[in-house]
Amino acid sequence: MTGPVYSKAMGQDEIVDRPTVDAPFGRALADLGAERPEIVGLTADLGKYTDIHPFRDRFPHRFFNVGMAEQNLIAVAAGLAKTSHVPFATTYGVFATRRAYDFIAIACAHSAANVKIMAGLPGLTTGYGGTHQAIEDLALMRMIPGLTVIDPCDATEIAQATRAVADHDGPVYMRLLRGQVPRVLDPDKYRFEIGRAAILREGSDVALVSTGLMTERAVDAAAMLRREGISAGVLHVPTLKPFDAQAVAAFCGRAAAVVTAENHVTRGGLGSQVAEALFDAGVMRPMRRVGIGDAFVELGAVSTLFDRAGMGTAGIAASARQALGVTG
Amino acid sequence: MADPRNHPPAEPDVPALQARAKRLRGHMLAMARGPGQGYIGQGLGIADLMAALYFHEMRWDPGHLTDPHRDRFLLSTGHYSIALWAALAEAGVFPLEELISYGADDSRLQMSTLDTTPGVEIIGGSLGQGLGQAVGMALGLRLNGSQARIFCELSDGELQEGSTWEAAMSAPSFGLTNLVALIDCNGIQADGAIVLEIEPVADKWRAFGWETAEIDGNDMAAVTAALAGARDARGPFAIVLRTLPGKGVPTLEAREKAHFVRINPGEWDDLIAELEAMP
Ligand SMILES: Cc1ncc(C[n+]2csc(CCOP(=O)(O)OP(=O)(O)O)c2C)c(N)n1
Ligand SMILES: [Mg+2]
Repeated sequence: MTGPVYSKAMGQDEIVDRPTVDAPFGRALADLGAERPEIVGLTADLGKYTDIHPFRDRFPHRFFNVGMAEQNLIAVAAGLAKTSHVPFATTYGVFATRRAYDFIAIACAHSAANVKIMAGLPGLTTGYGGTHQAIEDLALMRMIPGLTVIDPCDATEIAQATRAVADHDGPVYMRLLRGQVPRVLDPDKYRFEIGRAAILREGSDVALVSTGLMTERAVDAAAMLRREGISAGVLHVPTLKPFDAQAVAAFCGRAAAVVTAENHVTRGGLGSQVAEALFDAGVMRPMRRVGIGDAFVELGAVSTLFDRAGMGTAGIAASARQALGVTG
Repeated sequence: MADPRNHPPAEPDVPALQARAKRLRGHMLAMARGPGQGYIGQGLGIADLMAALYFHEMRWDPGHLTDPHRDRFLLSTGHYSIALWAALAEAGVFPLEELISYGADDSRLQMSTLDTTPGVEIIGGSLGQGLGQAVGMALGLRLNGSQARIFCELSDGELQEGSTWEAAMSAPSFGLTNLVALIDCNGIQADGAIVLEIEPVADKWRAFGWETAEIDGNDMAAVTAALAGARDARGPFAIVLRTLPGKGVPTLEAREKAHFVRINPGEWDDLIAELEAMP
């Protein structure tokens, strides 16, 4: 008999051995804070759990913990932005987008307030269930006019994107990976730019279009497919809004089939946006969308949840074969 | 005047309830031992309240969990699930042997509550959603002509959510006499000791129009007396419980007050022995 299997309830899944970086967001923000006195930090009782502690420790007088009060978190951040500060506000994605939606829409986006919302526990990065897994946040956020929406892939991108977000004048919603975050992209070669998709590898059979941590899996799936003789390319799309529709259409147009991969429900997020972009451009390809289905996800070990959702490397590869009509 | 069916025996058997609370604490240690971590501090802290509710104050039948006339306990803080699993198992809703599956894949007894587990009234975990639902249930029961009551737990951290106060303002306005709020003030939240001033807690509830009692939540006589006081209240009743995270296990009582406690595998036997040695 096998014993019970325990989730790393507040943890993050580690599928492939890659080097990791500790708290890339918090470190990047602390460095920025030293350069730019207008940057302030806020959290709603999740400072420890969203990696903002390096900033808090270095700039305690520029850090505000509003308690567990997400609506007030966003409203206070908007007020700071309206008095020439650049607030970075952290909480989990679910609480920012579900509870404080109206405040994000009006006090931030409609007001063009320079608020940076940094959102922890995207998608299935927690085994803590439907109350904590932000599975539809990208869809909600991309519907709001004027908001920039980012889902970074790894430690390299989080560090670069934090800086880009600070430089950008306008409200941003960015997903966060916390703790020991894997490094997938080479910091010497990769350059994050808001609104720009990045070709990580070319491929003529299937175009894998991915965002967030699914890019790590897409890269691994592409390698797996190559070994089977399938030429798979990977286009990483870290910015959901503004969306790089041109790059997506061009990249997919060079392949016979398309697979999208997102750590999010497959409706309203990356998969939907790719479909829209291809349709608008008249690029018709067989397509599969990898992501979370139309149901809340149970509690359990993170790796178990990814596998059950078909969102692991094997799941992406299987979808690629299906899209190509390859059996076996 | 409330239906006598819905009234517990006038005199609580305090020593028996204390013994129950100790058993609940033992169940919780057994549960947390599996994953080696969990919300054990919170659970031990409200064990006395859970014993008083489930084995004295509430009118409910473990064999008829969906009886429309049952008193209902709403655990707003889903992360306190460990305390609810202990009480429900002790009452026979599920076998004691199942408790060790706490937090394991495919277990019904997760580190947060889903309403698909028997005995769970609401999905907790997205904090600040309990009291409003409690107000709605209290209104609904009154419309149904039921004498059943609603007991809603909430935490000190939840006092920072705006939704809590929206609900708190509505209950006296609706004249609800079948609603008891149980506020667990354990002095901690996710980032450690309470990060944003919430005091004076009892005065706030009074100002919002609730009859209010403030007690040591780890004193069984005080807990049962406060619950008795809520029975014939003329409006919604709030009990502010001051509790000690880790109560009943001296090592955990003394440990740095952390929201999420990790315990080394070698420590468990000692912790269980400490609990056993308590009066
Ligand atoms: C709406 C919401 N915001 C944030 C969280 C994350 N969170 C989980 S527990 C917790 C602390 C809440 O305070 P309290 O319940 O008093 O904590 P405890 O006493 O258990 O440490 C927080 C912020 C949440 N679950 N729900
Ligand atoms: Mg607390």
